[in-house]
Amino acid sequence: MPKDSGIGASSKRREDVRFLTGAGHYTDDIDLRGQAYVHFLRSDVAHGILKNVDTSAAEGMPGVVCVFTGADFAEVGGLPCGWQITDREGNPMQEPAHPVLAQGKVRHVGDPIAAVVAETREQARDAAEAIEVEIEDLPAVVDMKAALKDGAPKVHDDLTSNLCYDWGFVEENREAVDAAIKSAAHVTTLELKNNRLVANPMEPRVAVGDYSRSTGESTLYTTSQNPHVIRLLMGAFVLGIPEHKLRVVAPDVGGGFGSKIFHYAEEAFCTFAAKALNRPVKWTSSRSEAFITDAHGRDHVTKIELALDKDNNFVALRTETHANMGAYLSTFAPSVPTWLHGTLMAGNYKTPLIYVNVKAVFTNTVPVDAYRGAGRPEATFQLERVIDKAARELGVDPVELRRQNFITEFPYATPVAVEYDTGDYNATLDKLLEIADLAGFEARLAESKKNGKLRGLGVNCYIEACGIAPSHLVGQLGARAGLYESATVRVNATGGLVVMTGSHSHGQGHETSFAQVVADMIGIDENMVEIVHGDTANTPMGMGTYGSRSLAVGGSAMVRATEKIIAKARKIAAHLMEASEADIELKNGQFSVAGTDKSVAWGDVTLAAYVPHNYPLEDLEPGLEETAFYDPSNFTYPAGAYACEVEVDPDTGKVTIEGFAAADDFGNVVNPMIVEGQVHGGLAQGIGQALLENCAYDEDGQLLSASYMDYAMPRADDVPFYRVDHSCQTPCTHNPLGVKGCGEAGAIGSPPAVVNAVIDALQRAGRDVTHIDMPLSPSRVWDAMNKG
Amino acid sequence: MYAFDIERPTTLAEAVKHMAASEENQALGGGQTLIPTLKQRLASPEKLISLTGIDEIRGICEDDAGRICIGAATTHAEVAAGATAYPALAALAGNIGDPAVRNRGTIGGSLANNDPSACYPAAALGSGATIVTDKREIPADDYFEGMFATALEEGEIITEVKFPVPQKAAYMKFEQPASRFALVGVFVAKYADGVRVAVTGASEEGVFRWSEAEAALASDFSAGAVEGLSLSGDGMISDLHGSGDYRAHLVGVMTKRAVAAAG
Repeated sequence: MPKDSGIGASSKRREDVRFLTGAGHYTDDIDLRGQAYVHFLRSDVAHGILKNVDTSAAEGMPGVVCVFTGADFAEVGGLPCGWQITDREGNPMQEPAHPVLAQGKVRHVGDPIAAVVAETREQARDAAEAIEVEIEDLPAVVDMKAALKDGAPKVHDDLTSNLCYDWGFVEENREAVDAAIKSAAHVTTLELKNNRLVANPMEPRVAVGDYSRSTGESTLYTTSQNPHVIRLLMGAFVLGIPEHKLRVVAPDVGGGFGSKIFHYAEEAFCTFAAKALNRPVKWTSSRSEAFITDAHGRDHVTKIELALDKDNNFVALRTETHANMGAYLSTFAPSVPTWLHGTLMAGNYKTPLIYVNVKAVFTNTVPVDAYRGAGRPEATFQLERVIDKAARELGVDPVELRRQNFITEFPYATPVAVEYDTGDYNATLDKLLEIADLAGFEARLAESKKNGKLRGLGVNCYIEACGIAPSHLVGQLGARAGLYESATVRVNATGGLVVMTGSHSHGQGHETSFAQVVADMIGIDENMVEIVHGDTANTPMGMGTYGSRSLAVGGSAMVRATEKIIAKARKIAAHLMEASEADIELKNGQFSVAGTDKSVAWGDVTLAAYVPHNYPLEDLEPGLEETAFYDPSNFTYPAGAYACEVEVDPDTGKVTIEGFAAADDFGNVVNPMIVEGQVHGGLAQGIGQALLENCAYDEDGQLLSASYMDYAMPRADDVPFYRVDHSCQTPCTHNPLGVKGCGEAGAIGSPPAVVNAVIDALQRAGRDVTHIDMPLSPSRVWDAMNKG
Repeated sequence: MYAFDIERPTTLAEAVKHMAASEENQALGGGQTLIPTLKQRLASPEKLISLTGIDEIRGICEDDAGRICIGAATTHAEVAAGATAYPALAALAGNIGDPAVRNRGTIGGSLANNDPSACYPAAALGSGATIVTDKREIPADDYFEGMFATALEEGEIITEVKFPVPQKAAYMKFEQPASRFALVGVFVAKYADGVRVAVTGASEEGVFRWSEAEAALASDFSAGAVEGLSLSGDGMISDLHGSGDYRAHLVGVMTKRAVAAAG
């Protein structure tokens, strides 16, 4: 029986009322008195020496307040990187400076050279066009392998090469893996690319800087997934403003998908300029600007080898990846191809020996960082593709090959340093086969054939590490931050609650699902709980939202704080009823004395806390407000199985998705409707990556897909009606809600399903095609079918 | 966008006068290409002369020769709904862009711009239409002069397009995945005196007639008649979305499908 409120209920998203009626309050809706506007003059070449920037004509243009160049930021810190990787030799990665405005060189198309602050946007733009910039063009470094060759032009002259790091994991396993592969009965090798993507949240980035001469406090309004992280990074490392003089506010945010985790130059600029000019300064990114300034995602080039014994058991796995960092290190870029990627290479399988090598490379392209899934999609894609290829080479059922190699006992320590706490991969696979109606595939295949279409079926599994992350562990791995989360629960006198969380909602529906949890714990109506997030001035220090961490980590902090509230409320209730605290029971918002008919309502207790006339003041402080910080003891490990059915038009190469089924194990589920929505969105992004999205540069470092005319986003008619299921639930063993996280699964699990399905369709039609790089656009599929 | 002035004449004569006033003045149809171009600051006309308020160049009628005559300021949505006497043309118009584009974009604007991937040039050339301007009548065969190039002179305004109605016709578009413009679009029309096959999206020279296919279809109007024919990929557009060879191949596929759809 579905519940109609509390944990497990599909409560309607309360935030949608404002989003759908135009009442959302986004950063661009913020206009401050006396506000000026900034326009950034950006490099239109990928690589060059800045010989001269002459702003004199621009300064005299109408409405211009001030023109800033790199020289104005010479004494200001650069944008920091939040994660340091140690390479195979034990040395720290090469870490270049990342100035707010370019100094000496430009390193990618879009690199900011100067910033014009003016009375209006158009005046700022007009004046920016009057800036005379002299750039000595340098050859651009675009291809990663070419970037590592001797004599290649260097993106950063002060580094020894374009290699950021050469990382080996687990380095001690290297020789054993090599030996196992050498002596294996069968080795399947696959070379592939994980295509570069542009995140494209619906809302482009915006920053508004403000400064109060009265209080000496700076405020930044920004489109961020983690305002506290921005406050810490920008305050401590860039502008030298202590936290108590810096407030960062991220109000309604229209999607992030990772791209709004990072600290960007425009945020620092607006905050800096507002103080320098003593007036608010606003920047609103255009969509065109977003393409060349928002951190991109993925962009891995990989060779993977899977070794099997004569009985088709996986015996070893070796992967070598080149990961594009772009021109600078974005905030968490180094962690993505390493700890968020290498640690997932075991997948759902008991491969005993694994070695992962990653070379991170600087190029004259936009910085690359986390994008929905961040490292885990790249791991899943190569693993699930090579298993599929192995099955085809060996002539065995790809589903059964996976099943044969499943991890079935938990906890399970992988050879890549993580311990899966719980899971049941057979259960999700069985559920998938049921909901995808695999039994009916042959009939559908025959129908497609009748219509002249090639039908294919792709199945794969996935696992991810979410609930990021145990601070002590990530600290050892190079993180320069803790990854706990926080919550303050403030109960008002009349019983309503305000929960202030360090998590941030930018489409995930926290205001609904978080309220469900707290209301359920107390037994009150969800509408009595308000969720507050996004403002460093009224939320406890928290690390924000990414890595499917909000409910698992932020929700756990909220549970802990609510437990403290309930514990104190029980004491008050015991006092009010003159009973022993041990006998107090809380049910449906009523405190009662066990075995009696005595009870007091939640509201009586909360009122007593703030009007303490009859109150144990000698033992208990008045008031009812508690804070908790929660640091997880392990990652969570959502897992599942996905199936995709495609039709390929043999005349044009066009692929259409005919069916997509997803069976996920997210542990316990708070709001099934929101979980389904998250899976739907993830699947759309995964299908977008697999079939449509192609962020491409030419050899000069010009972005070819710099607008929606050439960058194909998935639209409603590109995706099918999904069949999703999350009834297989092995609750997480180490967080109080037993939840695992659902935000990224769809984007992680779906690309290999799509590609496996297309390869299946082509091979069933007798075509000798073993791999096509994403996106599987019509022309690429046609080329693959007609090669030779 | 740079600052500009705008005029909204209600008669063709006024519009012609405004256009003649300065070479820096620019006619504005539905603005589906021009406005984004202005927003990107890729053009800086002094003055825009909006043509959509001129009733005399708007609407659909039939002339004495039985031709469907469409006023230049008629939107795609209006053609989709109103060109019932020429179903293939109505279908083409109804599948341009999305509803917002179809409610703003005009046939005159599309033909004046002559985007190499636009749909309307294929219909006009494939139908042997006549492009009527404030000065003269231009046969479609003389009108299209390559990518974004036409026979229009400076300040000349398209007022009407006259389409002879074929016995059979169909348009098949293979969409570029991102823009959903035609990666290749083929308009096939069978008239009493012959078959016309016009191809958009494919060539670096813009819309063109595939004469080999026209000849084959004239004697045998069936998909099979095109079977052995092929075009070279040389001179075809080659980009992120497909090579010249791929486009050349698609021309054959879309031609066959258009013939089959025409029935």
